[in-house]
Amino acid sequence: MLIGHQPKEFLLAVEALTVSFDGFKAVNDLSFYVEENEIRVIIGPNGAGKTTVLDLICGKTKATSGSIQFRGKELTKLKENEIVQAGVGRKFQTPSIYDDLTVFENLEISYPKGRSVYGALTFKRDAAVRARVEEVAEMIFLKDRLDTGADLLSHGQKQWLEIGMLLIQDPELLMLDEPVAGMSVSERVKTAELLNRIIKDRSVLVIEHDMKFVEDIAHKVTVLNQGQILSEGTMDKVKNDPKVIEVYLGH
Amino acid sequence: MFGDYSIGDLGSIFVMQGFAGLILFSVYVLMALGLAIIFGQMGVINMAHGEFMILGAYVTWMTSNVFQAYLPGLFAGYFFLAMILAFIASGALGMLVEWALIRHLYKRPLDTLLATWGLSLILQQAYRSVFGAREVGVELPQWMLGSLHVTDSIEVPINGIFVMCLTVLITLAVAYIMYKSRWGRQVRAVVQNRVMAGAVGINTEKVDRYTFALGCGIAGVAGSAFTMIGSTGPTSGQLYIVDTFLVVVFGGAASLLGTIASAFSISQTQSTLEFFMSGSMAKVLTLLAVVGILMLRPQGLFALKVRK
Amino acid sequence: MTDNRFVNKSELIGILLLAALLVVILPLFLDVFRLNLVAKYLTYAFVALGLVICWGYGGILSLGQGVFFGLGGYCMAMFLKLEASSVENTKIQSTPGIPDFMDWNQITALPMFWKPFHSLTFTVIAIVLVPGLFALIIGAAMFKRRVGGTYFAIITQAVAAILTILIVGQQGYTGGINGMTDLRTLKGWDIRPDHAKIVLYFFEVGCLFVCIFIAQFIRHSKLGRILVAMRDKEDRVRFSGYSVANFKIFAFCVSAVFAAIGGAMFALNVGFMSPSFVGIVPSIEMVIYTAVGGRLSILGAIYGTLLVNFAKTSLSESFPELWLFGLGGLFIAVVLAFPNGLAGIWGDYIAPQIARLFNSGNSKPGGWAGKPVADSTPAE
Repeated sequence: MLIGHQPKEFLLAVEALTVSFDGFKAVNDLSFYVEENEIRVIIGPNGAGKTTVLDLICGKTKATSGSIQFRGKELTKLKENEIVQAGVGRKFQTPSIYDDLTVFENLEISYPKGRSVYGALTFKRDAAVRARVEEVAEMIFLKDRLDTGADLLSHGQKQWLEIGMLLIQDPELLMLDEPVAGMSVSERVKTAELLNRIIKDRSVLVIEHDMKFVEDIAHKVTVLNQGQILSEGTMDKVKNDPKVIEVYLGH
Repeated sequence: MFGDYSIGDLGSIFVMQGFAGLILFSVYVLMALGLAIIFGQMGVINMAHGEFMILGAYVTWMTSNVFQAYLPGLFAGYFFLAMILAFIASGALGMLVEWALIRHLYKRPLDTLLATWGLSLILQQAYRSVFGAREVGVELPQWMLGSLHVTDSIEVPINGIFVMCLTVLITLAVAYIMYKSRWGRQVRAVVQNRVMAGAVGINTEKVDRYTFALGCGIAGVAGSAFTMIGSTGPTSGQLYIVDTFLVVVFGGAASLLGTIASAFSISQTQSTLEFFMSGSMAKVLTLLAVVGILMLRPQGLFALKVRK
Repeated sequence: MTDNRFVNKSELIGILLLAALLVVILPLFLDVFRLNLVAKYLTYAFVALGLVICWGYGGILSLGQGVFFGLGGYCMAMFLKLEASSVENTKIQSTPGIPDFMDWNQITALPMFWKPFHSLTFTVIAIVLVPGLFALIIGAAMFKRRVGGTYFAIITQAVAAILTILIVGQQGYTGGINGMTDLRTLKGWDIRPDHAKIVLYFFEVGCLFVCIFIAQFIRHSKLGRILVAMRDKEDRVRFSGYSVANFKIFAFCVSAVFAAIGGAMFALNVGFMSPSFVGIVPSIEMVIYTAVGGRLSILGAIYGTLLVNFAKTSLSESFPELWLFGLGGLFIAVVLAFPNGLAGIWGDYIAPQIARLFNSGNSKPGGWAGKPVADSTPAE
């Protein structure tokens, strides 16, 4: 790659990352770097490998080769929960919350304390926990629904709840997979407002199709196609890149 | 444990035990084929599979009795009719069970396990009420008795050869149905994406029902083969169910080749060990080895890495 | 639901009612023989209780709980057998001082692994530690590799089969198919007469309540909620920073230790231990006790165990043929129609009626009964 920085300066440094499924390379020799407090959006056509990249970073999929450095830690060697404890949070494409628990309990489980077996057994729901849960619930517009079973929430509310569950973890790198997909217009506006508030003071890696939304928040855009970087830079630069136009309009 | 035997003795032991193992292998493969179809393709754990097999065995026994009593002249060929009847009987029962029970539980695999266990208890008691608690043996036609003398020291029983040929034929037929026929494609389509398969016009309910029935039908044929190597009782099937499940899991569920390879290795290990120690210790060691390997390699012998 | 105490009001009432039944009503109205039967049933209740934690909350179906019941039972039985095989008691044997079945199998000295069971302290520790460690090994091997669901069920079943064959096959060391019989005294105190049976019954009930309180504590701790969360969305729990495997191992070990305590109680109360309580069939029967009571209900599991066993005893006494049909039908009915068992029926139909009658708030002794049951899908 052209970028010749030392990887140490970056929060996240992905280098020569490759994963192959039975010979098919879903991500192929991919390298990119995310700085502190940067908001990076990954776009690309379906099957470009966007979700796979997030899966690789958070440990859901194991890389075939290459490295992922987060604050100098090699993530490819860690387990999922260790990656989370290192400070990487991940929101899934479809809302992934606990239907059998209440909103309060959903948020409480994500509270970054008592994560060992012993810690969970002796975990006390003290004032600090309550205060933090309520604070986050307020941010995600669910303050008056704390005792509601999560299965009774609307699709948009479930998305917010999952965002809230990430928020309470307070990750340094937040990864969001299509956070506004499947939302009504009013929910979209509220979500954009919510995201704009929570992406402060941390790095964010977003996959999104909504170009308006991308333009609003992105510092830098990475365009993926067939597991490789097609173009990278500011939204303006990417938008006018003939290769990108080819891929998006050529279909 | 090999110390007491000469090299030549060991060779003969391995060959003879190998043949003995091949018959066990045949029953395992026939049992496991049906189970692999149902478990591998549908994700359903059928704990009553052994009882479907025993149904086939009872059907074979009844057919042999009918031929003996009314058609003694045709007795030599009864076995072929018995196999077909066993397939139909077990398949039909399978279809009924899928309709009444299994289809309500596709989203709850662990519950299927409990429900089919309940079914197996009911079937066992039904067999006991109808056929009695005593084990019954099937009389074989004359041509199946005796054995072939391959060399001076090695004899192969004819019914063993027959069972093995049967196993090969059925395996080929299943492979053809699953991988080459239109219906097999539909089954695999439903496995991979139920919603999509439904959307392109495949009747997924019908595919489920016939897949389940096919698996049970093959178990019925396995029951026919089983009568040649053991006597049939109400609970004979239960003895095989865990072994067979291990065969399927060890082979790597959705893989036909894996099922055969694992049936082969398990049956050969057990039968070879049986010569050197008591049958129960041979079984313990074999099962321990299988469980141990599964703990190290849970995906089984053959498994594909797929993008999820 | 958002309080952190480990027993809420309606649960406390439920526990007190159960205590009244087990401590007052049954001992008052049943003769010693029947009370001893209840004691036998209650030994399975320990297993059912463990299954609530492991299967109901954790979504881990173990079909090998008989293994742990057996390990606990055999540990206890080995101690009692050694005490019953004193030199005076066994002087007609060719080798006095060893258990009778060893003598019958031409074994002339006590095997090494039997020797520590002369000590009651060692035995008590072994009852908890042996099954606990065994569960830890199985659990670690399976859950660390993401094996769960139906695979796990099959493997545990295979383990149950292996242990049974081993016990039956090694009769010189284990007593074989007959098991260890003729257990007589505990530290010189005869466990066979009626008054001893009554004492042992109350001791068992006491242990059962200790286990109930432990289960309540787990269920109301954050760990209990994590188990429920895991059953529902394993990946989300993992990506909230928890080691899913460790929590599953914990749940499995707790259920194993509960089952082992039940097994030890069995050896004490019933006076023998045999492989017929170890294998596949008893293991899966113990699952049905839990399912009938309600897999999510701690108290339900105990009522379920008692009811199924009462039914079994009375039905198989008078109509032995009907019993298997009944048991098989019960499996199917519970799974198809009442996945939350008696506790579900209580919570959905009866409790609301009672509440309406007395109009006294929303008591729901079934606890989590009203919620739908979701199985974890098999691990890929």
